[in-house]
Amino acid sequence: MSVSISQDDIFSQQRHNKRITIVLMAVFFLFVLLVGISIDIYRYGSLEVLSFPVATLFSLGFASIQSFVSYYYGSSLVLRSLGAAQLDFQNITHKKLHNVVTEMALASGLPMPKIYILPDVSPNAFATGTDPANSVVGVTQGLLESLNRDELSAVVAHEMGHIKSRDILTMTIVTVLLGTVSLMSDWAIRSWRYGGIRTRKGGKSAVHPLILLVIGAFVLLSPIISRIMAMAVSRNREYQADALSAQFTRNPLALASALEKIHSVSLPLRSAARGTAHLFISDPLKRRLDDKEGIAAELLSTHPPIERRIERLKRMGYMYEKRTPDSAATI
Amino acid sequence: MVLYSAIVLFVIIGLIVLWAVSAYNGLISLKIQVENAWHQIDVQLKRRHDLIPNLVNVVKEAMAFEKSTLQAVIEARAKAAGAQSVPEAAGAENMLTQALGKLFALVENYPDLKSNANLMQLHEELASTENRIGFARQFYNDVVAQYNTKQAVFPTVIIASLMGFTKADFFQTADAERHVPKVDFGGK
Repeated sequence: MSVSISQDDIFSQQRHNKRITIVLMAVFFLFVLLVGISIDIYRYGSLEVLSFPVATLFSLGFASIQSFVSYYYGSSLVLRSLGAAQLDFQNITHKKLHNVVTEMALASGLPMPKIYILPDVSPNAFATGTDPANSVVGVTQGLLESLNRDELSAVVAHEMGHIKSRDILTMTIVTVLLGTVSLMSDWAIRSWRYGGIRTRKGGKSAVHPLILLVIGAFVLLSPIISRIMAMAVSRNREYQADALSAQFTRNPLALASALEKIHSVSLPLRSAARGTAHLFISDPLKRRLDDKEGIAAELLSTHPPIERRIERLKRMGYMYEKRTPDSAATI
Repeated sequence: MVLYSAIVLFVIIGLIVLWAVSAYNGLISLKIQVENAWHQIDVQLKRRHDLIPNLVNVVKEAMAFEKSTLQAVIEARAKAAGAQSVPEAAGAENMLTQALGKLFALVENYPDLKSNANLMQLHEELASTENRIGFARQFYNDVVAQYNTKQAVFPTVIIASLMGFTKADFFQTADAERHVPKVDFGGK
């Protein structure tokens, strides 16, 4: 493990994120198309060319609008669902946060992100947006109150790391599309339940029941599959953002102690739902699974175990210390 | 045969030109990044220079007998504001940082001053500016290191010397500055 992340690593991560976003969009379109087609099949009992595929066309239109919305309005949707509020410049802690974010924007060489506050006592932070020019960093009121300046800088630097590597693009789009997929799947299931499975008697081109079964299973399982995808995308990013935070602040131990503090509070974040959990620096739902290792945890939890993150940061701290004896104390 | 050699030659020349263009563009984009990074430092240095007169006003009366310390801050600021080159600015800013550190260390001896709301506000702003300068300098030095390395390594070195690229100056930190006395007014 190297101490600093090279420019090439960041570029490859940025490319990776753009690629993944395109793949996710494609999978999303495919899913929506399948839902539409399967509804049509159930409605008409067969895939006849003559019958007008209402649901298929409707789903495609819906998917296009939804993709567009997820790209251009993703961050505002996320902010609204979390109940984020703007900074109050009369408040001295908010002013301090603004200063800290400005410092970290300079350290990372990124433009200044917009800053939002979540009125919640549980300490946590998140980033969202599409690119550095349209990025948002949000922290909870609880985070401002429980961390000192160095720790706050480290957490903000972690979020700037997500912005620098364009993780925010993938994560934000995943959030919106994930929400849509579970909505659509609900819709499909409901329409089957009330419509029943109709097969047209004597229809020559009736679809083989096995194909229907496969499509049905796909639609039923899709919310789970897409959630697993979101988690797989999110876990490795946390390590990388931790390393970037260390590079920006040159103080990995501050992030380690911030994570310890965040982890020690067992209060979950009230406004965070499962759909937005992967956006945060530490699992806002405080699920037990995150502390475990093994296949189930690898697949289902959004964050790597906090102990492992802290251990890596401490090792980085040791390396920084060895390289430049007094650089860790500059900030 | 002649035709084939001509085609091969053209392809090779084409590839070399393509490489030269991309190497040149890489160098130019780094050069612009270095300039931008320097500009960021400059903005923060100016911000610090603008904050200092306010600071002097707030502490002037209470610290009447610490004239030499105040004078040192004012002089260092004037010198830093008039700096022309990167090394000169670096030297002057380091002096200013030291003078400010000394001033804030002395403020500790004045309980009235320490609890002054204006001063607390100014202290937060100056501390943040201090950090911003540090981080902007860190970023600047990182970009300068990339730029200089790119100019020095083969084969980009050919383009760099042909096109007359010169190495950028690092913003050096004085050793003393790394041990700035930490001033804490009790608040977080």
